[in-house]
Amino acid sequence: MLIQSAVFYFFAIILVSSAVAMITVRNPVHAALFLVLAFFTSGALWIMLEAEFLGITLVLVYVGAVMVLFLFVVMMLDINIAKMRAGFAKYLPVGLIVGAVMAAEMVIILSKSNFEHAQVKPKPPDYSNTQELGELLFTEYVYPFEIAGVILLVAIIAAITLTMRKRTVSKHQKPHQQIHADKTKRVRLVDIEK
Amino acid sequence: MITLTHFLALGAILFSLSIAGIFLNRKNVILLLMAIELMLLAVNMNFIAFSHYLDDLAGQVFVFFILTVAAAEAAIGLAILVVLYRNRSTINVQDLEELKG
Repeated sequence: MLIQSAVFYFFAIILVSSAVAMITVRNPVHAALFLVLAFFTSGALWIMLEAEFLGITLVLVYVGAVMVLFLFVVMMLDINIAKMRAGFAKYLPVGLIVGAVMAAEMVIILSKSNFEHAQVKPKPPDYSNTQELGELLFTEYVYPFEIAGVILLVAIIAAITLTMRKRTVSKHQKPHQQIHADKTKRVRLVDIEK
Repeated sequence: MITLTHFLALGAILFSLSIAGIFLNRKNVILLLMAIELMLLAVNMNFIAFSHYLDDLAGQVFVFFILTVAAAEAAIGLAILVVLYRNRSTINVQDLEELKG
């Protein structure tokens, strides 16, 4: 139990300090990298909570895909960091006050509520989190699962159609004009005798 | 002994930090999107902690769906950002004022 507490506080300190670094560093690339660290540490905490599948998924999907996408976009855009940072000191007090008030309110509620009855029953040795989650996902939550797939498809199509540029220089076929072509537009008969 | 309250407090701190991040970086759209991702992470932390301590896998299923929607949101948000930068050459929130909102 002592080791468990030590591991929890170790990861929690890394998580909170990387979140603080993410919102305060100057460079957006560094902010993205600190967010990667925060996701990775959360993955470790989730594995500590016996959510192994989601911990690995967080690392693979977020660190591997979403944050790399963020890094691509950050590096692709030419941002004037100094102009972006203007007013940072001005917003600092109000940001800190709002954050501190929210954190204090939530901690007060948590300290008043009693969650101590929630005791964890030890799992059997052959318990598989992935198998249990899969069985639940493909039986009880199968329709939401399908909808999640549709949402991802919509996201793919939306992202591609938003960023696709129409190339006017390249030669390409226009099928609707090809279909409506008839022979009067293609062949012109001239009388050679005259 | 680590209890449910520890994880909920951690989630609360993360959520408040990301709120503060939205206030601090209100000019930079990329950092706003990153702060939203951090916020979703804090929420997911609460879901997983409840799922573990109440011994109910439904919380983890919800986290699965939140991850899906968050990935879709990040993809579309970044696509909009790229189009915005292409058209206006800026992602400063204060320069985006056509709608006079």
